[in-house]
Amino acid sequence: MAGIPHDHYEPKSAFAKWFHARLPIMSVAYDTLMIPTPKNLNWMWIWGVVLAFALVLQIVTGIVLAMHYTPHADIAFASIEHIMRNVNSGWAMRYLHANGASLFFFAAYLHIFRGLYYGSYKPPREISWIIGMLLYALLMATAFMGYVLPWGQMSFWAATVISGLFGAIPGIGDAIQSWLLGGPAVDNPTLNRFFSLHYLLPFVIFGFVALHIWGFHTTGNNNPSGVEVRRESKEIAERDTVPFWPYFVIKDLFALAVILVVFFAIVGFMPNYLGHPDNYIEANPLATPEHIVPEWYFLPFYAILRAFTSDVWVVQLTSFITGGIIDAKFFGVMAMFGSIVVLALVPWLDTSMVRSGRYRPMFKWWFALLALDFVVLTWAGSRPAEGIYAIISLAGATYWFLYFLVILPLLGVLEKPLERPVTVEEDFDQRNPLPAEAPDGREAE
Amino acid sequence: MRTCLMSKGIFVSALLSGALAAGAAVAAGGEAETHDYSFSFEGPFGTFDQDQLQRGLIVYQEVCAACHGLRYVPFRTLGDEGGVGLSEAAVKVFAANFEVFDPELDDTRPALPTDNFPANDTVDAPDLSLMTKARAGFHGPVGTGLTQLFKGSGGPEYVASLLLGYTGEEKDEAGALLYENTAYGGGWLSMAPPLVDEIVEFPDGSDNSAEALAKDVTAFLAWAAEPKMMARKRMGFTAVALLVLLSVLLYLTNKKIWAPVKRRKRE
Repeated sequence: MAGIPHDHYEPKSAFAKWFHARLPIMSVAYDTLMIPTPKNLNWMWIWGVVLAFALVLQIVTGIVLAMHYTPHADIAFASIEHIMRNVNSGWAMRYLHANGASLFFFAAYLHIFRGLYYGSYKPPREISWIIGMLLYALLMATAFMGYVLPWGQMSFWAATVISGLFGAIPGIGDAIQSWLLGGPAVDNPTLNRFFSLHYLLPFVIFGFVALHIWGFHTTGNNNPSGVEVRRESKEIAERDTVPFWPYFVIKDLFALAVILVVFFAIVGFMPNYLGHPDNYIEANPLATPEHIVPEWYFLPFYAILRAFTSDVWVVQLTSFITGGIIDAKFFGVMAMFGSIVVLALVPWLDTSMVRSGRYRPMFKWWFALLALDFVVLTWAGSRPAEGIYAIISLAGATYWFLYFLVILPLLGVLEKPLERPVTVEEDFDQRNPLPAEAPDGREAE
Repeated sequence: MRTCLMSKGIFVSALLSGALAAGAAVAAGGEAETHDYSFSFEGPFGTFDQDQLQRGLIVYQEVCAACHGLRYVPFRTLGDEGGVGLSEAAVKVFAANFEVFDPELDDTRPALPTDNFPANDTVDAPDLSLMTKARAGFHGPVGTGLTQLFKGSGGPEYVASLLLGYTGEEKDEAGALLYENTAYGGGWLSMAPPLVDEIVEFPDGSDNSAEALAKDVTAFLAWAAEPKMMARKRMGFTAVALLVLLSVLLYLTNKKIWAPVKRRKRE
């Protein structure tokens, strides 16, 4: 598929021509910034820029924090307090970084659900989707390891619980777990390697973000109508698109500024709201906290992990068939990882020819239920895994898999889609009706 | 209109009775109770009360320091503006009250302003540097986090409630004396009631009832846990104000540049 036809960079001065002949980097920058973008993009298309901001924020604050932090089990906790009390603006760096992780995940979840609703994963954008899922996995790994670094009680016990997931793999689990931890239990070697990887992975993320953008700049952005931009000629493409600069840069920056109002209010006035008080207690291998709860952004998957207990019939059946090799614990681990795998496979699970959920009358409701399911799982993951919460978690986890493995494949066959606009221009014009003409020819207010 | 008011009244009383029932259930279950004491440093514009922090410092020094340490708090920060606000000379004199271990001398010496408060592990009491951030008095309802959103995590309220939550009951368990406390999760803890009326005399004759002392020392501990709170709130306020302004400007810019596109004017 050829890209959307558009103007290209023309070096003007003698120096620019000389430089361009040797390194056409200005051309790449120009094409990236001036890329034709569907003009009907709505406010759900702002999260990419928020995510880019969050990545830069985390890298910048993280590099400063790393200058003052000490990754050693004996003094890691004290070095955080050193940052909070003795380093100039250290408290600001740390609170921005800790809450920056929440901003990152908040934007990532809305970005992912935007893609799920508007069918951004469908051909020809599967590669961008897969890279996006890879980015999400890297983000989770980075955030998890970062949470261990303050070496508080929740840091320590989260590391113990999460590395225990790998210990659940039959046969080789224990060996893998001690290989990951650098010893039989979470200790100084674990802290050291987590620090090393927590510093490395953001740059890997940075690289994959470049590929992610390259991917959808090649295919062109999806848009709320799901109709492709016409690309017969530059003139026709320009009826469907506007250049990214200034139209979407300004729009995205406006949205970013509004979101940052909330972000800075949290950092300034309630920086510990999203954290857990137990992480202000230094790690103690001898005292297990009453409830080990992950950060809010892991809760939906934590709920799925805990949902499949040994009294669930699917678990019992699997255990019976595999002769006990897949027990309840390993089943839960597979369910948790599986819940992300089905998300990654959605381009091949969705059989509908229609891209945008806007024109899919049945899909809309199932999608709304999925979004609700995600919120309910987040909440259920924060509650003790007993009584009614166990039932809610199981129901939520079941729906998650049903949606991807049964409902999406069937809907493409069962559903009769609504009529779609023929072009992006038509969709844009419908949604932005011209003001009524006043009799004297001037536009009415 | 009238029925509307009526139904609103019914709604409120239903809410109240629900809350009361919930309260009774909690009390019956022997759950910890945190009283919602109010402090000057609460809310986005709340500030530390310097006089209160200075009184709290005295209570800490005369009562708490016997068993507890404050290992992450440097003495010099007692002179910080917006906090306890002691003069440089007063910090020096105050620090000298404490003995710290100096590895270069391989011996103890009187503390200097550059030292931290000493740790204290004589009776295995927890360090208090971060206590008001390491405890939560408020939860829920049912895991939604709304209570913490509106009232805060309740760390300081928990500390004050614990100091004042003793019922007077004692029991001997495996040779250790335990004291009943309504704010403590397990109901019984090994810390003897630390505060009684008039256990500390303030030079200016301030209220030294147990409740006043508890609130003063809690305020001091809240400062000790979050000494940069004032700078943080200032940053938050500045950032929010500037970003609101930036949002308005970007909104207007956005509207202006999109107007020709929306009027289908194509250049």
